[in-house]
Amino acid sequence: MTQATFTKARTFTHLVSKEGGVKYPLEALNVCEETFSPLEVAYDYDAIKAQVSRATIEAGPNSIWRYKAFLPVESDNPIDVGTGMTPLVKSKRLARQLGLKNLYIKNDAVNMPTLSFKDRVVSVALTRAQELGFSTVSCASTGNLANSTAAIAAHAGLDCCVFIPSDLEAGKVMGTLIYNPTLMAVNGNYDQVNRLCSEVANTYGWGFVNINLRAYYSEGSKTLGYEVAEQLGWKLPDHIVAPLASGSLFTKIYKGFQEFVKVGLVDEKDVRFSGAQAEGCSPISQAFKEGRDFISPVKPNTIAKSIAIGNPADGVYALEVARKTKGNIEDVTDAEIIEGMKLLAETEGIFTETAGGTTIAVLKKLVEAGKIDPEETTVAYITGNGLKTQEAVQGYVGEPLVIEPKLDSFERALDRSRTLERLEWQQTNV
Amino acid sequence: MAVKVLIPTPLQKFTKNQATIECSGTNIDELIDSLETNCPGIKARICDETGKPRRFLNLYVNSEDIRFLDNTDTTLADGDEVSIVPAVAGG
Repeated sequence: MTQATFTKARTFTHLVSKEGGVKYPLEALNVCEETFSPLEVAYDYDAIKAQVSRATIEAGPNSIWRYKAFLPVESDNPIDVGTGMTPLVKSKRLARQLGLKNLYIKNDAVNMPTLSFKDRVVSVALTRAQELGFSTVSCASTGNLANSTAAIAAHAGLDCCVFIPSDLEAGKVMGTLIYNPTLMAVNGNYDQVNRLCSEVANTYGWGFVNINLRAYYSEGSKTLGYEVAEQLGWKLPDHIVAPLASGSLFTKIYKGFQEFVKVGLVDEKDVRFSGAQAEGCSPISQAFKEGRDFISPVKPNTIAKSIAIGNPADGVYALEVARKTKGNIEDVTDAEIIEGMKLLAETEGIFTETAGGTTIAVLKKLVEAGKIDPEETTVAYITGNGLKTQEAVQGYVGEPLVIEPKLDSFERALDRSRTLERLEWQQTNV
Repeated sequence: MAVKVLIPTPLQKFTKNQATIECSGTNIDELIDSLETNCPGIKARICDETGKPRRFLNLYVNSEDIRFLDNTDTTLADGDEVSIVPAVAGG
């Protein structure tokens, strides 16, 4: 392991309990010993303000580490595998189809190195894990996090043991095994995997990115807020739509925007936060619709496995953010999720996984319900890549036209496909 | 009647660092009272001011979340295993 070196003053000061404000040292802790509520990293914003400006950030690395002053790591050489600074695409065709004038897609389907937003949180967590002296890292994962933890641990030379539900998509399993971690496929759903890991974390002395390192790990998601603000020309959007699993990503995008306002990088603005869930696992959406301030856990049953968390740790905070920003939380069926994946692919050329299909389907549902103003600058967060969840769309997309290597075979097939297209077109317009 | 209770690390200071405790009780409410008798001070940590388990703690009876059962009225039988697990993990 490379010895971490520190030169700049540390900008993060302590951990603090989200309920009660009890302070804790900067160790591998994730819950308050008194209330069991989550711990959050606290910063010295004056110190950050003194270190950064738009110019220093723009001159920084083309990765999440351009925002290093806002992240809970102190080494001069954080693990940088090119994570972050993914495209913010101004949507034309999807926007037109939905009737929106200012729609953007934040495309983390092409985040590096493992094609999901999880590379952001893992880059932060594993850098911090090294600083705290861990030699083995671990996680409980619905798939994307397993891919990311295994890959970045391999890059950093850390031992790695990851836990997943045993029924994950083949791409998610292969996309972990290739890095040769110890992979535990647990016969149970994600919440059961998570509970097992909470028990393992107590006793094995490993750095679990989303358990004992969770306070640091989750901060990595703030970069999805920073990047959108910078890419919009140092402005906040009016409305964001993001998927909800544990609720952490959603609350950290909010925190990211708030911090940029606090240090004067962007003007203050009321940004509405809307969340997307799959109907088959919608504990946060149900609580939102019923006006509850607590989450009743559910047993997941949806194709959107990457966001199938029935007992979401930050569910109550996601609810709070949606309510206080006058956003919405909505859920969609598996059929709508598949349509959402196809719609994004056919209009924008972005192949997202089921979580992204959920986000697009919810975006559409909110537009149709009049809950998104066509003039609003709206950003939809696409957090994962469709090549990893091919099973979900198998049978719902076309098939290749198999032909002989002869001109007439090609012409006959082309003719046939045009006829089919015409018939389809006529059917949909009748 | 004996029920095995698994204690998370932050609560082990009340159990003399024991990770498991044998307790009794016909339901979860009674079990928590029995825990308090054995390990004074632990109930105020497990429960909020209304006397019910804090929202950031999950309780399981034989691996099933009590919110899928009868919450703190969930009945217990001899040999059952109750786990107390901090909820803030994952995602």
